[in-house]
Parts: sequence; C-alpha cells; structure tokens
Amino acid sequence: MVDSLSLKPEAAAPAPAPAVKRGRGRPQPSLRSRREAWAAHLFLVPWFIGLFLITIGPIVASFYLSFTDYSLLEEAKWVGLDNYVKLFTEDPRFWTSLKVTAIYVVVSVPLQLAFALALALLLDRGLRGLSFYRSIYYLPSLLGGSVAIAILWRKIFGANGLINAILGVFGIEGTSYVNDPDTALSTLILLHVWTFGAPMVIFLAGLRQIPSSYYEAASIDGAGTVQQFKAITLPLLTPIIFFNLVLEIIKSFQSFTQSFIVSNGTGGPTDSTLFYTLYLYTKGFKDYEMGYASALAWVLVVIIAGLTGINFLASKYWVFYGDSK
Amino acid sequence: MATVSSRNPVLYRRRVTRGAKHLMLIGFGLVMLYPLLWMISSSLKPEELIFREPGLIPSEITLDNYLEGWNALAHPFSYYLWNSALITVLSVVGNLAACSLAAYSFARLNFPLKKLWFALMLGTIMLPLHVVIVPQYIMFSQLDMINTIWPLILPKFLAHDSFFIFLMVQFIRTLPRELDEAAAIDGAGYWRTFFRVILPLCTPALTTTAIFTFIWTWNDFFSQLLYLNNPDNFTVPVALRSFLDSSGESSWGPMFAMSIIALGPIFGFFLAGQKYLIRGMATTGLK
Repeated sequence: MVDSLSLKPEAAAPAPAPAVKRGRGRPQPSLRSRREAWAAHLFLVPWFIGLFLITIGPIVASFYLSFTDYSLLEEAKWVGLDNYVKLFTEDPRFWTSLKVTAIYVVVSVPLQLAFALALALLLDRGLRGLSFYRSIYYLPSLLGGSVAIAILWRKIFGANGLINAILGVFGIEGTSYVNDPDTALSTLILLHVWTFGAPMVIFLAGLRQIPSSYYEAASIDGAGTVQQFKAITLPLLTPIIFFNLVLEIIKSFQSFTQSFIVSNGTGGPTDSTLFYTLYLYTKGFKDYEMGYASALAWVLVVIIAGLTGINFLASKYWVFYGDSK
Repeated sequence: MATVSSRNPVLYRRRVTRGAKHLMLIGFGLVMLYPLLWMISSSLKPEELIFREPGLIPSEITLDNYLEGWNALAHPFSYYLWNSALITVLSVVGNLAACSLAAYSFARLNFPLKKLWFALMLGTIMLPLHVVIVPQYIMFSQLDMINTIWPLILPKFLAHDSFFIFLMVQFIRTLPRELDEAAAIDGAGYWRTFFRVILPLCTPALTTTAIFTFIWTWNDFFSQLLYLNNPDNFTVPVALRSFLDSSGESSWGPMFAMSIIALGPIFGFFLAGQKYLIRGMATTGLK
C-alpha cells in the first residue's frame, strides 16, 4: 500500500512541466522531484538506519570511549588522554604489535604485488589455457583468510610439518618454524604472498585495457619486448599498481585470523606474531579494557589514513594518468 | 605449410618459448596448490603416516579421520555446518536486498544531499572494522544479542557492506535510462521499475554480490569469534578453532579432514561462479 501510494513517479500521469507552471520568484522543487526524493529516501531506509546505528553512532561512541576507562560492567570513567599517553609511553606490547604489523605489511605487500604482476604479465595476451591458470592462481586468495588454511599453515611449518618432511628427504633436520620467534612471522608473510591471485586478476583486467595497437606501433618502430614493457605496459599499468597497493596495505594492516590461529590467540612465540588487531582484540575482549581498545582502534585509523594519504601524495610522482593533463 | 613452419627458425623458437612458458606456469601452479593437495591427501591417510610421507599419493587410504573429526566436538560437525549455513544464507539475502535498494536510489534517483550521502557511503568502504567494533559489541551485549545470530546478520540487512552498494551502483549506471523511461510511460512507479526492470537486469551484479558475501561470511572468523562463545552456537570457523585448542598438537588427521569439509563449500562456489568472481574483481578494481 505504502509503495503504490508514495513511489509513483509523476511521469506516470503526464504532467506538463509543473515547475514552470508554479514558478513564483524562486524555482520551487516540482511535485515530481519531491516525490522522487521521497522515494529515494524510502529505498535508502535500511542503509540510513545502518549508517547511523552501526557506523556513525559507533564511531562517535568509540571516540568518546577512547578517553575513558570502561569494562562493560561499570560505568565509563573519563580519564582524558590517559589511554593514549599510556599507549605511547608505557606499553611495550603496543610498540611490538606495531612493529610486527609494519614488518608484515612492508614485506608481504610488495612481494605479493610483485608475484601478482609477474604472473599477470605471463598470462596476458592470447595464451592458451589462460582461464585455467587464472583459476589455479586465484583459488588461494579465496581460501587464504580462512581458519582451515591457517590450521594447515601451522602444520606445514610445524616441527613435524610438511616442510621438514621434505627437508628430511634431503637429510636436513629443521625446527618448528611457527614456534621459533625468528621465523614465525615469515610463515605468515608467506601465507599472505600465497594469496596474490586477487591483485593478479585486477592486473589482468588492467592489461587487457591497453590497446594492442600501441604494441603494434612500437614493434614497427623496432622496440623489443623489454622496451615495450618499460615504455607501454608499465606506465599504463601504474594506476592499477597504485590501486592494488592502497587496497592491500589497508587490508593487510587489519589481518587477524592467520596470526590468531597460528599463534593460538597469543601472538607468540614471544609476541613475534602479535598483529595489531590481535592486540586490540586481546585488550578489548579478553581483558575487557574497552576504553583502551578504542584508543588502539583510533591509532590504527590514524595510521591507515596517514599511510593512504602518503600513498596518494606520492602517487603524483609515479602514477601515470594518460594524457589527461 | 607445416614443413615450412617447423623449419622456420623464428616460429620454431617461438614454439619452444611458449612450451617453456606453459611448463613454468604448470610447475608454479603445482607449487601453489601443493599445500592444499597435501592436506587432502593427508586427511585420507592414517594419522601416523601423515608426517612421514611428504608425497601426495597415500600408501594407505582410510576415512577414519573424517569419522573421528565429525564427532570430535560436543556436537557432530553437521551441527556447525548448519549454523554456518544459516548465517551465511541470511547474510546473502540481507546484502542482496538492502544493497540493491540503496544502489537503485543512488544510481537512478535524485534527492537533496545525494552527493554527501554517496561520499559517506564510499567512505565507509575503507573504514577499518575495528573503529566500530567495540561500541557495536557493547550495543549488542546491551540488547542481549551475544550468542545469537543477530549481530552477524543485522548489519547485512542494514547494507553495512557498502562495497556491494558501490558494485551495484556501477552496474546500474551501465543500464540504458530509456528502460526506466519506458517503464514510467507504461505507468510503473519507482518500486515497480526497480523490481521489474532494474533488478532482473542486475543479475550479474547480484550474483557477484551473492558469491562474495557467501565466501566472506563463510570464512569470517573475527566477528563470529567475538559474538559466538557458547559451543551451541559455534559456526565452522569457531568450531575448528576450538578443535585446535582442545587437541593441541595431536589429531591432525581429523583436523585436516574437517578443514577440507570447511573449505568444500567455498571451493564449490568458486567452481560454479568464478566468472562472476573475476568479473566482479575486475570491474570494481578498475572503475
């Protein structure tokens, strides 16, 4: 009933330009456009509720909570900047988690994108079996975030794991890589690199947008494969590289499952896999220091926003946006 | 012709490099998939053989691991599969309904402050979950919704995954406006235009949304770990985690078996819908 009454556009009943007819001084919004706006808001009702109830509301609340001491059981107590001060000056685990996450992001994202780009280049242009290869390489990125794969990873790099079984064939005895603080993080980095399929698919789509006439013209001019790559492929692909870079940095800064499962929720051994989000989870939902966890969340937001901002600023120097100058 | 081309050194060399390329791609693909294949093969081996044999062909095949894993926890594994399936299916329905409604409005209708709302929508795509999770948890716990499925599915019915709104807006914009105008001339209101004209044409975008929502919800661990802590409500990821927790470094065979079962639906959706997955990735990545 509501729908048939309110969502009927004016166009249904031919109304000859009501805006002009009623025009008295300033142009009034026509009946039609008012009905359209009304309908538009109705369509957006679920989204509006969500926006205020589970996005904007919580953002404001978490900002407030970050200045309080709150444990779910008692009233929130205003403590001013205490949480932030404590974070930066008295909390070595905060710095550890930041360092671990930074290493993870800085090492794994470029490696992952390098694999993605290399494979995309190999797969491009009329290769037989392209979709077969693409599927094989894409599959791990769908599975990579799951608990099941993290369990597998823990076993592959465990004391009696696959890696050591393979090394054993050659008479080499290995240790448990997930229990060694020197190697535990590397296994997680490897897991992230393993999921290069998603950016690869984006690279492939980008490569397909480069007109083949560019390459034809270049080869008539005598440019070799390497020269073509340097002068055509790479510059035209920089927007896609940039897009993948921004996306993967934001995503990998928030990785959680892998570190939680591989370290059994502790971030160990000796905090060597303590991802930032895992520390936040521990503070907020194990220790129930929810004010402190909110402060951690806001520091994370500032870091991610800052990195993304730097990325955008730096992009002016290396991303090529065609002739649109 | 064939003799000429096989003697032609340029063509011959090209064929060799192409062959080498395929060999490389297959070899690398094998390395990539080896962990998965090893897990499948290990799940079929008797426990004591798993770590003695790095190879893929089991010397002895048994389903014991599956039987043992299925009944290793408080409930049979089918119980957790059902819990996961329920949340996943409801999430898919929620996302399809709420995101398509919002997308139609953003793509086709005019209203005041549209640019602002649209910018806000885009902004929430990149918003880290962690900045809202603490208050959300407090809110859901005050509503007594911890250990229910509500905290997991309610956000989907409120179009919380704005990524999919964006995906559908992009898609609807490619549909010719004449369709809407024709529908209006035929007397269709906005609701009917949306439901009868736009929505059916959106099938590819809806399919992409459904498949991605399915895979992401099925895989999701963080929020399920957070909101479900009663074993009666466990979903597959949380159940696997508690399995790992309770058995420590033993019973890897059953754990692998259950992990394979956990990955099964994703693999199935991947096979059935990879066209949509890849197209979805490509279009949202580029535009």
